[in-house]
Formats: sequence, C-alpha cells, structure tokens
Amino acid sequence: MAVYQCSINGQIRPIEAADPDQPLLYALRNDLSLTGAKFGCGLGQCGSCSVLVDGEAIRSCQLSVSQAVGKTITTLEGLGTIDNPHPVQAAFITEQAAQCGYCANGMVINAAALLGRNHKPSLDEVKQALANNLCRCGTHDRILRAVMRASGQVMP
Amino acid sequence: MTDSNLPHLNRRDLLRAGSALIVAFSSSASQAQQRNTPQLKAGKTLKTDEVDGFIALAPDGTATIYCGKVDLGTGLRIAIPQMAAEELGLPVEDITLIEGDTALTPDQGPTAGSSGIMRGGVQIRQAAATAREALIGMAAQQWGKPRAELTVSDGYVIADGTQDRLAFSALLNGKPFALKIDEKAPLKNPADYSLVGKPLPRPDIAAKVTGQHPYMHDVTIDGMLHARVIRPHAVGASIAAIDENTIKALPDVTIVRIKNFLAVVSRNEWTAIRAAKELKVTWSNPAGLVGHDKVKGWMVAAAGDPAQSAGKEVLNQKGDSAKTLTESKQVLSASYYWPLQSHASMGPSCGIADVRADGVTIWSASQATHRLRGICARILERPLDQVRVIYRDGSGCYGTNGHDDVCADAALISKALGKPVRVQWSREDELGWDPKGPPQLLAMRGAVNGEGKLSAWETEMWLPKATASLPNIPMLGPEAAGIAQPQGLSTGLISQNAHPPYAHPHLSVKVNWLKDSPLRPSNIRAPGKIANSFAVESFIDELAASAQRDPLEFRLEGLTDPRGLAVCRKVAELMAWQARPSPAKSGSLGRGFSYVHYKFNETYVAIGMEVEIKRRTGAITVKRIVCAHDCGLIINPDATRQQVEGNILQTLSRTLFEETQFDQAKVTSVDWQSYPLLTFPDVPELVIALLDQPHLPPLGAGEAACAAVPAALANAVYDACGARLRNVPFTPDRLKVALARGYA
Repeated sequence: MAVYQCSINGQIRPIEAADPDQPLLYALRNDLSLTGAKFGCGLGQCGSCSVLVDGEAIRSCQLSVSQAVGKTITTLEGLGTIDNPHPVQAAFITEQAAQCGYCANGMVINAAALLGRNHKPSLDEVKQALANNLCRCGTHDRILRAVMRASGQVMP
Repeated sequence: MTDSNLPHLNRRDLLRAGSALIVAFSSSASQAQQRNTPQLKAGKTLKTDEVDGFIALAPDGTATIYCGKVDLGTGLRIAIPQMAAEELGLPVEDITLIEGDTALTPDQGPTAGSSGIMRGGVQIRQAAATAREALIGMAAQQWGKPRAELTVSDGYVIADGTQDRLAFSALLNGKPFALKIDEKAPLKNPADYSLVGKPLPRPDIAAKVTGQHPYMHDVTIDGMLHARVIRPHAVGASIAAIDENTIKALPDVTIVRIKNFLAVVSRNEWTAIRAAKELKVTWSNPAGLVGHDKVKGWMVAAAGDPAQSAGKEVLNQKGDSAKTLTESKQVLSASYYWPLQSHASMGPSCGIADVRADGVTIWSASQATHRLRGICARILERPLDQVRVIYRDGSGCYGTNGHDDVCADAALISKALGKPVRVQWSREDELGWDPKGPPQLLAMRGAVNGEGKLSAWETEMWLPKATASLPNIPMLGPEAAGIAQPQGLSTGLISQNAHPPYAHPHLSVKVNWLKDSPLRPSNIRAPGKIANSFAVESFIDELAASAQRDPLEFRLEGLTDPRGLAVCRKVAELMAWQARPSPAKSGSLGRGFSYVHYKFNETYVAIGMEVEIKRRTGAITVKRIVCAHDCGLIINPDATRQQVEGNILQTLSRTLFEETQFDQAKVTSVDWQSYPLLTFPDVPELVIALLDQPHLPPLGAGEAACAAVPAALANAVYDACGARLRNVPFTPDRLKVALARGYA
C-alpha cells in the first residue's frame, strides 16, 4: 500500500492506495469523505466528477492518485460553503440552478474554471465551455443564467 | 460520513443559505434492529386516511410532515410543506419533511405519473385542513366561543378581535390527533394564501451546489462492503465458467454467485471495480433479441402472430371513420415510430442493503420506496414488517430506472454475506440494463372535407401490453439468481392521448397489443403520451398542410375547451403567430406548434418552436421554444417553471438524439457517445408562460410538457423545409433522407 501526498482544499492529505492507477475520485469520496465529486461514467464523458487541478477543471475519474501528487486540487467543498459560497455557487443558489443536482458539481467546477480564465465570457463561450458537461434533468438554461450571473452579466 | 451523521444540515444552516425550511433526513440508530423498526411516537400511524399518518406536532410548536412521495429533484420538498403550512397555519420554516421512509411515511404510491402534488400533496393538504379544524374545535371548546370567531396563524388559534391565542402545542398537549382525514374539511380560500403561489427557494439547492447534500451515492454504513454485479454478455445468458485465477492478484475480493447472478465484493471500491473488469467469465446461450433496427417490422409481425399478439382493442369509436375515409377525395396516411429509450440517469443507480437476522434495511433512491419494500421482502422471503426502505436522493430517474434493481442486487449480496453491501452500477450497467421505455408504432389515416375541416380520423397503434396487477417489473438480480418472481410487463399508461383533442365527427382508435417488448420495459417520463402526442400532433399538421390551412387555425376551430384555447392563444401571442399554411417559403427557417391536454383530463400545454435547418448537413438547430402551461393551482411557480424547462429540454434531447441500440445479444449504446444527450450548445432560448388557476385543483407539472415537444419540433422542421420526420430520433441522416424524398 503506497501513500500519495496530495494537496486538497489547501491541506496536504495522505492517500493510501494499493493501485497507483486508482482514480482520484474514489480517494476523494471514500477516504476523504469529499463526496461533492460524483461518479457519473468513469469514462471522462459527463463531467460529474470534475475537480479543479491547478485551476483547471479535470475529471477525477481520469486522474490517478499518483498523477495527483504535486498538484493543487480543489473540490466543490473547497470552493465554498453554504455559509460562504463561491460566487459561482452563490449564483447557482440564486438561480435555483439544480434539479436532481447530480451534475451540479461538474457544472460549478467547470464554470469556476472558465471564469478563472475569462471573467466576462459571452453566452456562446459559456455554452462551449460546458459543452462536455452533461445534464439529464434539463437544467441547462438555469445553469447558463447562473454562470452569466456569476460573471456579473445578465443572460441576453 | 456515516448515515447516522446524515442530518448535518441544520435548520440554521439552511436559513442562512436563504432557504425557507428544514430538510430532515430520518436519522437511523446504529443498531440494525432499531434502524429497522424505529420507535414511533405514541399515536403516530402509517395510515393514509389518518391525520397522524402525515402530521406530527411537536411540543416546541414545529411540525413534521411524513410524505410517502419523494422529491426526485422536482421541488416537492418545498411544495409539499407550502401546501401543509398554508392549511395548517404554520410558518413553512417550522415544517420538517420526511420523505419515502417506509417505517415513517404512509404508502402514497410511487412518485410517478406527475402525481406528487396532484395526489400526494392534495392528500397531505386535506390532512392539514382536518388538523386545523380540529385545533380550532379544541380552542372553541376551551374558550367556550363559536368556531366562526376563531382563526389560525403562525401555530396559534386566535380569537378574532381579541388578544387571546392558544398555541397548537398547548391545545394538543403532547397527544396525537387520533382523527380520520375529513375529506370535507374546508380548504383555505386561495385569496387568503400567503405561502401557496410563492416562488419559495428549494431547501436542497445550496447543499447540492456546495457538496453537502447527502445523496444515496454518498451514504456509508459501518462495515459496508462495495460490490459490483457482473452482467452477462447476452440478455438471459447463463454462466458456463468463471476463471478465478484472473483476479488472484487482487487482495480482499469475494465472489458471490447465486446461479447466474454474479458479483464481486471488496472493502475497497476500486478493487471491486477492477475485479469486475478483470474476472474472466464465460457465458452461454446468447439472447436472440430483435435488434433496434428491426423493431418496427417485429411489432407489426408480432401483432399478426397468435403466439405474440395480446389481442386487438378498440379504445375509441365515434361515427363511421372507415366509410367517411372511403368517400373522401383525399385521404392521408402516415406512420410514426418512437424507439426504445433509456432513462439515462446521470448517476448510475446505487443502493445499500443490510440484511440481518433481525431485520432488513435498504437505502434507496427509488421513486417507489414502498413498492421496493415489498420487492425486497419477497426476494429475501421476509415478512414485510421486517423490511425498511429509507429514501435518499439519487440522480434523477424520470421513471423506473435501475434504482430498484440495484437494491435487489444489494439485498441478494448482503443476504449471502451477512454484511451491509453497497452496489454501484457502472455507466454501462445503467444504459445497458435499466428497464427501457417501450417502443411505440402508430399508423394514422385522416381526411379534411371540402370546407377545410377535419372530417375523419383513425389511429392504429402497436404497443407492448402491460400486465394487469403486476406488483413490479421482474428484477434483474433475482431473475439471474433463479428466484421466482411475478412475470410480466410494466409500461405505464401508454395508450392515452392517441387521438386529436379537436372536433372529429368520425373517429376510430385501435391498438394491437403485443405480449412482449424487445427489452424489459418500464415507465419512462410521460409514458406513451410522448409518442402518441408526437404522432397525433404531427398528423394534424400534415392534414392542415394538405388543406393549405394554417396549422394553428386548423386546431383552434376544432377546440372548445377554454383552458386549451387559452394556452394555444398564449403561445400564438408570444410567437406573434401570423396565419399561413406550412411549409414556409424560406427553405431553412420554420415554426411549429403542438397542443396537448395531458391524458385528456390533466394539464394543458401548448408549445411553439422556431428552428433552422441546414440542407447540406441535415442539422436541426432549435432557436426558440415558447410554452404556455396550465396545471391548475400553482403551488410554487419557480419550481413549476423549472419542471417545465426540464420537461422541454429533456424531451428535446429524446427527440433529437436518443435511441437505445441493441443487437441480437444485448444493448450496445452503453456510454454517452453511443447514447448521446442534448448538450449546452444545443440549448435554445426558452419562453415559458405559466397560467395559474388559483381556484382549480393543482395538477401535475412533472411530465405533461414533454408530450407537446416532439410534434412541435417535427412541425417546425416541416415548416422550414417541407420534409416530414416521422421517426425519432431526428438525426441529420434522417433529415437528409426526408429532404430527398419528403419524409423519413
């Protein structure tokens, strides 16, 4: 059993894993009780398991624990809290932008990454940035509104 | 996080987050037995006809509402407390809602058929009204005043024009109501509503977007093992050989085999996933399925085969359509097909079972926890009162997806090992093995008379026949394990909305019932109505076009229901609809319209759509969707609006992209590339008008709008380019074929 020292939400967290290829997702959820990231496909296709890795949205089902060492990882829990939400989270709450909410982790993480590199994206840029994040409930319109709101803009 | 820690969203947290009420998750004791049969407060019942089934008032003045229906991401968690608080005379934040827990909530039936508010909420509202009347009666007696002088507010009975007030808790004095629900207990006048009709925020959203919401998938139980079920390489195949050596290198893996049910179990989830992937299993006897591209032909052939036909039935007959059609100068005919589709939940199903000698506890995201309780009792051969199902939010299910199956899997494995077991399906499991929406084939014939009016209409359908009084669909795990269970099909009510809601002097609606479906079917959102409305509302447009009539005018002249007229006119107004026949002249831009009166007795929906098509690529771009929606009394307009948005976008996805593909062995569309969904770049502008009817009963908003989407899209495509799409999904290839020959 090897131990991988990972920087997660501002703390170095040791992760024990027998398999260096074990995806980070399972360590977050089962070992660190960080269940914000969700298992959706395990194929990197849906985005439900996204985390920020050095500010970029990465699918934690495709990132192994060994690859995670030396990187700065932020999960949905590290982004903000109910008391002190990140602006993207606050905008999602204001717009009530979740139904079942299973995809919400991926939406918030990817939106936060987008706004980190582009403070005032156009609606089309938001759509493109979220193009590989799937939602089944049909909450897309509210999610777009929330991201526009988080960037200080109103949906056209 | 263990389950006993689940209620970690305290009331203060939620209030701080801007939410208006408490969400409670029934906490469970650490001991299995207590967990299985929690101590109920004195007088608390599980009966649907008693106030104490649904409502408990605490000494501190707060109330707990026990709701047999569950919030599937639909907003019931705020809407039900709004209804209860309004009638009871309590602040909504003083209400705690417990959902679906079979040990605590009355069985109000599955949260299906858009019935959460319409039936579940209405039942609880009546219980609240009965409770309020009882409290007023108690105060009247205590004060010796006439009831008419008393009102309720904020948890008190108040004597009009005085300072006198009595707290509900003081009146009850710790006792239960011990009352049957009075169906005649008066309901509050809607003019006096202070909670119903308000867009109160949902209490779960802040937690959902900060990673604090306790989903089914996040629940852990002390000593819990992770399991993966290995499904056969062909439907119904049996195990020929298992090579255990292939996973010898993996530590801590147990193989559970019960006949052809096979699972791998480990304390570590990733190890279980690897074991499921790496264990070499040889399967025998492939399935002999129809294949997705041959379903239409199979349906027609099966109807003519006595071994496969479940009979013909006339559902509706008026006048003499056959004679009228024979005598008509021009008769149109067309057939429409809706394919098998997956519920395609974002999160594959997950369940936990703890099967012990002294009781069974199941954690589930099922839309039907009470039904699931019976399923688990039967497959485990336990009396019903030994089984408790605790509800936790899952990924949206939109019908019977894999939620029930996964719990049956977990129950079998937990029973075999005597330990709590969590089963998480894979993406391939969910798209491959969730029960599917059944296929539907419809053939229409119709004619327009010399005055340009609809003169005759015939619908003939080919549909799998649901098995009467089937308690549940056969579960995959028990089936493989050789456990006897009731056999049959479950589809939801799929033959409704099969004729136009417009004047039709001569009408015939027939169905060819089939004994089987190509893959195990279940109810999927707006069961059947989505396909039938697609066919009916497309064919109405075809008839209008043949008579060179404006499709909206053609509808409106045959529509008399004022609520139906209102939603149609609202959409026309929002689209600035100009009367003209289809197709338009532009060749690439089009508009379409569709109207549905759901089940002919529920919600009214009209949808208009604006599209652009590309002739070269066959691509369809939906630019704008306009919807007018009348579901009677609106409890929470923002949650209702969100349901309508979800109905529209999900159905746009189903219409444009979705078909479960399968070969002779099994489903082959098992990831998001082979089973694509609508993505953000496909999302049009949405304009939604909710027409409130404060003095009418509340109806469902969970599925009606779905039914109006596909035809509005097909009609808009036809208007854009003169090509008629009659087969779902509307792929670019199909549009190119339709452009070449006029239809596809």
